[in-house]
Amino acid sequence: MKPLQHRAARWAWGLLLLGVAIVLLGTAAGSQGWQAWWLGPADEVSRQIVWDIRLPRSLGAWLGGALLGLAGAVAQGLFRNPLADPYLLGSASGASLGVGTYLSLFGGSAWAMSWWMGVGLTGAAFAGAVLAVLLTLLLARGVQQTLRLLLAGVVVGVVLGAVTSMVSLLQPQVLQAMQGFMLGSTAFVSWTACATLSCVLAVCVALAWAFARVLDALTLGESTAHSLGVPLRSARLVLVGVISLSTGAAVAHIGLVAFVGLAAPHLVRSLVRSTHAWRLLLAALMGGALLSLADVLARVLFAPQELPVGVLTAVLGGGYLLWRIYRDTRHRGGAGGLS
Amino acid sequence: MAEWFMRVACVWLLCGSAQAATVLDDQQQKIQIAQPPQRIVSLLPSLTETVCALGACQRLVGVDRYSNWPASIARVPRVGGGIDPNIESIVALKPDLVLAAGSTRGADRLQALGLTVLRLEPRNHADAQRVLRTVGDALGVPASESERVWREIQAGVQAAVQSLSPQAKAQRVYFEVSSAPYGASESSFIGETLTRMGVANILPAAMGPFPQVNPEFVVRAQPDVIMAGDSSRISMAQRPGWASLKAMQAQRICVFKQAESDMLVRAGPRMAEGARLMAECLNRAAGGQR
Repeated sequence: MKPLQHRAARWAWGLLLLGVAIVLLGTAAGSQGWQAWWLGPADEVSRQIVWDIRLPRSLGAWLGGALLGLAGAVAQGLFRNPLADPYLLGSASGASLGVGTYLSLFGGSAWAMSWWMGVGLTGAAFAGAVLAVLLTLLLARGVQQTLRLLLAGVVVGVVLGAVTSMVSLLQPQVLQAMQGFMLGSTAFVSWTACATLSCVLAVCVALAWAFARVLDALTLGESTAHSLGVPLRSARLVLVGVISLSTGAAVAHIGLVAFVGLAAPHLVRSLVRSTHAWRLLLAALMGGALLSLADVLARVLFAPQELPVGVLTAVLGGGYLLWRIYRDTRHRGGAGGLS
Repeated sequence: MAEWFMRVACVWLLCGSAQAATVLDDQQQKIQIAQPPQRIVSLLPSLTETVCALGACQRLVGVDRYSNWPASIARVPRVGGGIDPNIESIVALKPDLVLAAGSTRGADRLQALGLTVLRLEPRNHADAQRVLRTVGDALGVPASESERVWREIQAGVQAAVQSLSPQAKAQRVYFEVSSAPYGASESSFIGETLTRMGVANILPAAMGPFPQVNPEFVVRAQPDVIMAGDSSRISMAQRPGWASLKAMQAQRICVFKQAESDMLVRAGPRMAEGARLMAECLNRAAGGQR
């Protein structure tokens, strides 16, 4: 067990350093190029570009990626399904509905004085994501049955998606703004958002680390885990809370970013064998590194134009997963795939 | 001496009126503008056009990628789109005023970075007038000038209305904005122009400004004229039952090119040209009817 842990710890340090390096690299990438970096503190605008725009968005990309990676790893462990991803419990469509409702009710209207305006799009998205997960839990009548939870998640996702379509159909003017949200972008992340994201990440990592042993026991099957005396019910509740909180926070600040939550845990598993505690931590670090790298790429590929990072992760992440499925089936000669 | 004093007082008054302006944006926020902005970024085509109509085109230092009128802005740097503005490029341009559509994350972020952001989203005739006046006030353009521009636009629209023959006015219109199909009802910007022309719209205001239309609804309503964007040209003929539409059979269809659609759908200073396009279409269709 020990050497495994050492290896995992080494990987953790490596990924953390990689993440820091990419975030720093991110302060030099953007439509204004290196110039802003060289001019540095002497020029007021360059200082603002590097310090108030590039640094928070690079850090925000890392934090958002880490949240999604963590949520993906927790979901895959909890549902014992390698295809589980952070959006499984309906949080993505919940967030879209939150944004759509907010825009159709308050977008450009004279509601500025109401307290709702203070909550903003970010708050609406977060509330939508968390409410969707609560609805899923309600439909599944708690967390006891994994399969029921999964099904309820899918149903809630589809139904809320349909309601979102209805809202945008009745109020076509919200369509564009919603589309912008769905694309996933780190362009609007501020220092305040970074602070929120890091608090959520700290809480979620701590909770996930504390309950990781339950996921280890679950790999042996539910009944075995039960007979081992693991507090399954409370652990599930906490872990579902971790998934919904981390996904909700990420979606609210960087929109819908595909595949990071799915790919990060897979990459970790292919790199190092370890217990869930380390696996969750590594998945978070991997997710952070992946999304911040994708974010830098999105900024430089077509500079001075910028790609929404969600588009890039969908293409790259999808490509990677396809390649893995192809490679695994060829090696094993079966449809074993991703586990 | 008295003359000199009068002159100083005049200059002082003029500067005073041009210096500080407080304008109200679409979210009822009071936006303080210390002095007439000289470096403007516009993130909405209709607002770009409004700035230019007020004679302040040369003050634009950045526009969104969809702004394409007037031709003189072709060389102004593009700073992304309305929903995905490039924050960094905009900040680097050091604008003293950013014009943006209502509720977007980009506008929020730019405001948080300390820029002066004025959110305006004209959707109907009344909005267009209000936005023209607000932008004029923000730019330090005298109110009489914004009023003059508005009167000119109105005169253009009125001319289009008067160019209609009595037969042209007696028609019922279906205006399709996209091939989904979404139509423009009486409460839309386009619908308001049609109403001013005195022609009937088959889509009542109660359906919302741009309702999604069941093709069957159009067949039953039997419009005399169909107006549509370029994207609808191909799909229209294939819709069930549409071959029986009298407007289709008699070819009383006006398909607007993209550049023409821009004039029709933007609630800005080119609404007179949009009205003229619709009037020409209606006259043509009525001529064919006889």
